[in-house]
Amino acid sequence: MIYGVALLAACYLVGQTIGELLGRWLNINSNVGGVGFAMLLLILVNQWMHQRKWLTTEMEKGILFWSNLYIPVIVAMSSIQDVKAATSGGIIALLAGIIPVALCILMLPLLMRLGNKDAQKIEGEHSTVSD
Amino acid sequence: MVYTLQDLLIKNGFVVALLATGLIILASSWISTALTNKKIPAAAIAIFAGLLLAYAGGVITEGEKGIADISIFSGFALLGGSMLRDFTIVSTAMGARFSEIKKAGIPGMVALLVGISLSFFTGAILAALMGYTDAKSMATIGAGACTFIVGPVTGAAVGASSDVIAISIAAGVAKSILVTIGTGPIAKIIGLNNPKAAMIFGGLAGTTSGVAAGLAATDPKLVPYGAITATFYTGIGCLLCPSVFYIILQWIIIL
Repeated sequence: MIYGVALLAACYLVGQTIGELLGRWLNINSNVGGVGFAMLLLILVNQWMHQRKWLTTEMEKGILFWSNLYIPVIVAMSSIQDVKAATSGGIIALLAGIIPVALCILMLPLLMRLGNKDAQKIEGEHSTVSD
Repeated sequence: MVYTLQDLLIKNGFVVALLATGLIILASSWISTALTNKKIPAAAIAIFAGLLLAYAGGVITEGEKGIADISIFSGFALLGGSMLRDFTIVSTAMGARFSEIKKAGIPGMVALLVGISLSFFTGAILAALMGYTDAKSMATIGAGACTFIVGPVTGAAVGASSDVIAISIAAGVAKSILVTIGTGPIAKIIGLNNPKAAMIFGGLAGTTSGVAAGLAATDPKLVPYGAITATFYTGIGCLLCPSVFYIILQWIIIL
């Protein structure tokens, strides 16, 4: 199990390093997309090791343990924000939560017309991640 | 040697935070099932409860770190800090595969890009209209309009203030709840009744828990299709918002 956790840690650190270097390179003094790079890396490594049957269920358990802790960590994260200061901007949070997604969903009928050919290719597939 | 319970709890702050978080989620699942008939997902309720606790912490201590300013809950600072947050977010990528992106096809990918960029920039414009005119705050609130993860990740990356990050989380939670409740009623109007539409919907809406719960209320068969694209939304959002989109936003502001 620890190998899985270590693998995850490696992807995390490499991704964060790439994000950090990209930030320096772009001169914006911040980590640019480190989390995203780490995720891409984990997907790639996961697939690569999966094909070679190197990824044991024990290793997967090590990674899945952390992904199950995702929501609890997010709950803890929201409980340490400066909400008192933010309540002065409560309306902006509501507006920013509602208007953009409403606009996005209105795009659905438009995008449906795009590429009608790809429609029936899909078989039942599932995903376990939630946010 | 005097050893009070409070000392013990402070000394083991991280473990206290684990227990407290577990209890919050337990209570939230109960509220979700008993009071809303699972219409509002437990995760959304728990995050909202977290924000309420943070508010209470702020009122009690006059501090800026929410509940973590109360000494026995100081462990929340580690559990909810950026290190564990980013680490667990990265771990969720285990559920995604490139072959799934291919299955979603071009419409799915277009939907993801349209969904993320439209949310980010309309969110940023709204932020500016409400007086948050600096690039850091606009980017963070815009990213919050994507999901309640992309918001704080972007905020931490660009160095936004904690109150702006809290707004971005609240925006993401509001969106998640809206998608959860709203999907059923609008499904017929927008033609959300087949796998392809569900995948495009997942890419446009993005909040995985909201999409999964909303589609489950519409037609349970559509859930995996929506989840395929929604799974990538947060990852791509975390990649694009603090980087490309933030830089574009800075350019626009300078102009």
